Amino acid sequence: MSARKEIFACLKATLDRVHNPTVRYSGAAQRILDAGPVLIPERGRAEGPAKTSLFVSEAENADADVRRLADLDQVPGVVHDILRDAEIDTLKVAPHKTLQAMDWRSVDVAFGRGEGADHAGLAMAYAGVAETGTLVMASGPASPTTLNFLPDVHMVVIREEDIAANYEEVWARFRCEADPALPRTVNWITGPSRTADIEQTLLLGAHGPRKLIILLIDAEAS
Amino acid sequence: MSQSAPHSAPQCHDFQRGAKKALDDERLQTLLDRTLENGFQKKRLQGMSRLPEYDQLRDKARDLKDHVLDHLDMYLARFEAEVTRAGGQVHWARDAAEARDIILDICIKADAKTVSKGKSMIAEEIALNDHLQANGIAPIETDLGEYIIQLRNEPPSHIIAPAFHISKEQVAETFMDSHPHLDPDRDLSQPTELLSEARGELREKFLRADVGITGANILIAETGTAMIVTNEGNGDLTQSLPPVHIALTSIEKVVPTLDDATLILRLLARTATGQEQSVYNTFFTGAKRPGDLDGPEDFHVVLLDNGRSELLGSEFRDILRCIRCGACINHCPVYGVTSGHAYGWVYPGPMGSVLTPHFVGIEEAHLLPGASTFCGRCEEVCPVRIPLPQLLRNWRVRAFQKGLPGGVRRLSLNAWVHLARRPRLYRLVMGFGVAVLNKLARGKGAFRRLSGAGGWTRARDLPAPQGGTFQARYRRGER
Repeated sequence: MSARKEIFACLKATLDRVHNPTVRYSGAAQRILDAGPVLIPERGRAEGPAKTSLFVSEAENADADVRRLADLDQVPGVVHDILRDAEIDTLKVAPHKTLQAMDWRSVDVAFGRGEGADHAGLAMAYAGVAETGTLVMASGPASPTTLNFLPDVHMVVIREEDIAANYEEVWARFRCEADPALPRTVNWITGPSRTADIEQTLLLGAHGPRKLIILLIDAEAS
Repeated sequence: MSQSAPHSAPQCHDFQRGAKKALDDERLQTLLDRTLENGFQKKRLQGMSRLPEYDQLRDKARDLKDHVLDHLDMYLARFEAEVTRAGGQVHWARDAAEARDIILDICIKADAKTVSKGKSMIAEEIALNDHLQANGIAPIETDLGEYIIQLRNEPPSHIIAPAFHISKEQVAETFMDSHPHLDPDRDLSQPTELLSEARGELREKFLRADVGITGANILIAETGTAMIVTNEGNGDLTQSLPPVHIALTSIEKVVPTLDDATLILRLLARTATGQEQSVYNTFFTGAKRPGDLDGPEDFHVVLLDNGRSELLGSEFRDILRCIRCGACINHCPVYGVTSGHAYGWVYPGPMGSVLTPHFVGIEEAHLLPGASTFCGRCEEVCPVRIPLPQLLRNWRVRAFQKGLPGGVRRLSLNAWVHLARRPRLYRLVMGFGVAVLNKLARGKGAFRRLSGAGGWTRARDLPAPQGGTFQARYRRGER
């Protein structure tokens, strides 16, 4: 008997002893379609400006650097200053149409996936989660996942209207926008990379970015 | 410690020797204290205090995992169908050997020379690294802690902090020995320098690896998605850079939906490290899609049973709810002084003492269920409310039925049973014992030394019984 068959036979033999298999089957199918009420913590139910400020304060708690910008046009200037301060000459940008449309005359940019030698990267977030100040990145032709991990300085543009109160709202958006619901990779990112593996000393920038800079674009203007 | 094949040969029978060695190791005791009582325990409390719904979420998570276990075959079948639909392949392994062979086969087909690895306890469970190495493939651990212990040829001492038992000076020595191509006079006195060296060394290896192997913390049936939780970003690079990605995990990790995974993720990091969320939660579904700029061409999930389907129908079923947060380990007073290596196999602490006898046999591991004071802290902190003391008790029963432990311990236990079942005899013997001890103590109320009780009196006085047995005093009305 194949491994698969044997494992399933063993599971079924045990489980069918306790519950009727037909009931179990329809129970599981139904559960995937509708799980019933989900417990979302109070903190994950913020609305309006309170939701945005929660996102900002939670992201900052996780050591992200959050810059609030009035509109997308300000991005290249702010990025230019960040690169100048960090003494980085070049920027790898995700080939997202919003980012491609920006005026990059003041910055040496290349568009594409992350490479080992990239010092700084700029990407566009799919969503944010206010509950924990988390960015949600969805991989695709406009958003390579490697760009979220290889650069030392990781900059992410997020529009205020893409900030959700909780994770469940973001899953719902994926489900209603695409089929299959999820792209190859979804990254929840909460702060810059870290480790405490040496004597429990917290150090930033383990394998991923040492710095995470969130460029938050105000809703009214964008 | 530098045993060369820690996984293939369990050392659980040697728990007492390992524990003694740990107790005599002052450096280790300092690191244990820093990591557990002044580290994980405090951080968990802080994390909990920021989420008033924490306990409600624990109930929900327990119920979720119970529901999953009742429908495990259904959700696994759905998960497999969705992975296939997304261009991936699911492989089933009955035991460790089968899982090793499946992975080796994938690596050989990919013509792999090096494999980058994200942290995976299942890979430890099946002793994957030894197998790959023996077949000419170099596995490279990329989690900083795992990298350090791989260089030192040691097993992990904790499921989420595998190298906490190693001091920064020892890490520096290891790096000096293992990175001979770097300047021998470089400064490695600070953790930042150690990290930056490891980052530099591993970056190249990430980029060149032929296959990436990660674990999976959760599998999601709804979408055929597997996910990993990391703080470093190592697992995430492991799953996105090489042309082949293998996610190795066990069958009980599946949940119905993305929302169910979210419930577990609200608890996992908070319970483990007190973080609001781990830095990276990475969800991967199938292989690279048309137009994608990165991601693996080939995606495999290897699902290991290794007797879990048998546990499902046993009195140990509740351990299958475990989400591997490490809280029971962090709060166990026994682990807190013995550390992980004493347990002699992959999983230490209370959850380990329940799992290990199942994997290596109760004959080998019968001391582990005894390595508990039954203080109940493990159950108290468990995010999915596993009744760990009860499960340990179940193993003690099984061990006893098999005549374990034997020898003097068995005889003493039998003598006690004989006595405890005969009230008159019990009173007589106790009364005699109390009288003798009283006499020996000469009214001083305590012993500084007593033959046969050296283990106690070396560190403190042993109080002498006063005024007769409890029962005698109770009858006299001294209440």
